Amino acid sequence: MKKIVILLTLFALIAVPVLAKKGNKITIAGSTTVLPIAQATAEVFMNNNPEINISVRGGGSSVGIAAIMAGTVDIGNASRHIKAKELASAREQGINPYENIVANDGIVIVIHKDNNVKDLTLEQVKDIYTGKISNWKEVGGPAMPIVVISRDVSSGTFEVFNKIVLNNAKCIDGALMLASNNAVVSTIATTPGAIGYAGLGYLNETVNAVKINGIMPSKATIQSLQYPIARTLHMYTNGAPRGLAKRYIDFILSAEGQKIVEEQGFISVE
Amino acid sequence: MNKFKERMFKGITYTASLFTIIVLFGIIATLFSEGLPILKHVNIKDFLTSPNWHPTHFPPDFGILSLIVGSLVVTAGALIIAIPLGLGSAIYISEIAGPRAKEIIKPIIELLAGIPSVVYGLFGMAFLSPFLIKAFGIPSGLNAFSASIVLGVMVVPIISSMSEDAISTVPRNLREASFALGATKWETIVQIVLPAARSGVIGSIMLGFGRAIGETMVVIMIAGGAAQIPKSIFQPVRPMTAAIASEMGETVIGSPHFHALFGIAIILFIITFITNIITEFIFLKKRK
Repeated sequence: MKKIVILLTLFALIAVPVLAKKGNKITIAGSTTVLPIAQATAEVFMNNNPEINISVRGGGSSVGIAAIMAGTVDIGNASRHIKAKELASAREQGINPYENIVANDGIVIVIHKDNNVKDLTLEQVKDIYTGKISNWKEVGGPAMPIVVISRDVSSGTFEVFNKIVLNNAKCIDGALMLASNNAVVSTIATTPGAIGYAGLGYLNETVNAVKINGIMPSKATIQSLQYPIARTLHMYTNGAPRGLAKRYIDFILSAEGQKIVEEQGFISVE
Repeated sequence: MNKFKERMFKGITYTASLFTIIVLFGIIATLFSEGLPILKHVNIKDFLTSPNWHPTHFPPDFGILSLIVGSLVVTAGALIIAIPLGLGSAIYISEIAGPRAKEIIKPIIELLAGIPSVVYGLFGMAFLSPFLIKAFGIPSGLNAFSASIVLGVMVVPIISSMSEDAISTVPRNLREASFALGATKWETIVQIVLPAARSGVIGSIMLGFGRAIGETMVVIMIAGGAAQIPKSIFQPVRPMTAAIASEMGETVIGSPHFHALFGIAIILFIITFITNIITEFIFLKKRK
């Protein structure tokens, strides 16, 4: 009798993790911009479906796409579109990256609270980042040198900023390069002459956002892509989502999921 | 039986030391096999002497001079701050302080060494950087100067505790002889004790150098991250460690950028390797 109990216990100890692991797990990695969406939706999704386990990691957009190509994750997050080069190399390996748009996001140009500049053109922002404009008085602000803050050149946010604003021009060498959206916002809050950029979700009352080409970044202007520095956020799957991944992504796109997206400070998909 | 135990013990320790050496060579081999391919994309002269670091631009620039200069500037700044503070506290603890003061001060300084570097970084970002903007009227508080200050504070306990060890091993009779000849305490410390403890003091500075140049978290958080050769200490810099750590996570494995980061790691390795050899040499000379 005792032996049977021991055997059964041992069997259960081994079998439970094995069974649980099989097919009930979704792994997600990629963009740090999409990370809060993935984390918050995964939490609620796991509460609703206790048998499913979702593990979410960051790493950056390139990591998300590379992980889909390597087959190490079920969902790869990216704050940019897949590049033609990446797509070609994925196809070569028999992987078919499929883009699921899960949210909208705007990159907000952020300045210090005491700075009276309210409005910049896309061209002026570009000139500031390429060093043509170096003092706030040139754009109607106080006489104060501009402290240019950018993101590390391999971040997804930088890539979108680089494409839309810089148009592939080189950012000045003297720009501060910070590692996260949070670091950008908190540095601007303590640096009077600073200008930087971050996702709309990271904007808070310690800093000011400026209008670009006269348009204030907001939910409506970003959804309509009227605001010039707007983008879509993606979860890539290998082929159209199936099984658990499909259930999870459908959940994000449901009214409940999109409410969570908004709570995280992003803009829902129309 | 005893003989067997003896041999087994010998075998275990031998394997342990062999294992460390194997790991070390494994790391060196990886470093070079991943780092050298960058020379296919850029020649070694441009790699080392061009200040243009635009690794994701098209076409990319892989010049790491500004990163090397960034590392050296913050490290030199850190040592300028840490040597007087560390050496001063070492002299005070071992030569001047009474036993009670010594009991209190020594563990406090050593406590500094136990604070995780990310905590130093947070302190620099949240307190030091806004303070420097106000105090010096500079546009930004994330620069070589603030990174030097924080790194300097981190290096103080290394220099202090190692120098203090070296100073306290100077034989008592040297000091007594000096006093007997009528020298004051100050003269004894500067002319007798410090020269006698020279190699230990220099060794502690070398170790401090290695700590400062290899520190990553603090420079990511407060050096500013701009890949440029700074014109003043109040400008942001991008030390080698910061470039490797903040870019490695998001590069495509096997790309030129990836190899360039390993190339930087080789340079960093060579610098610390040479420092270690010099330190080793100083101690070796002392033993002879």
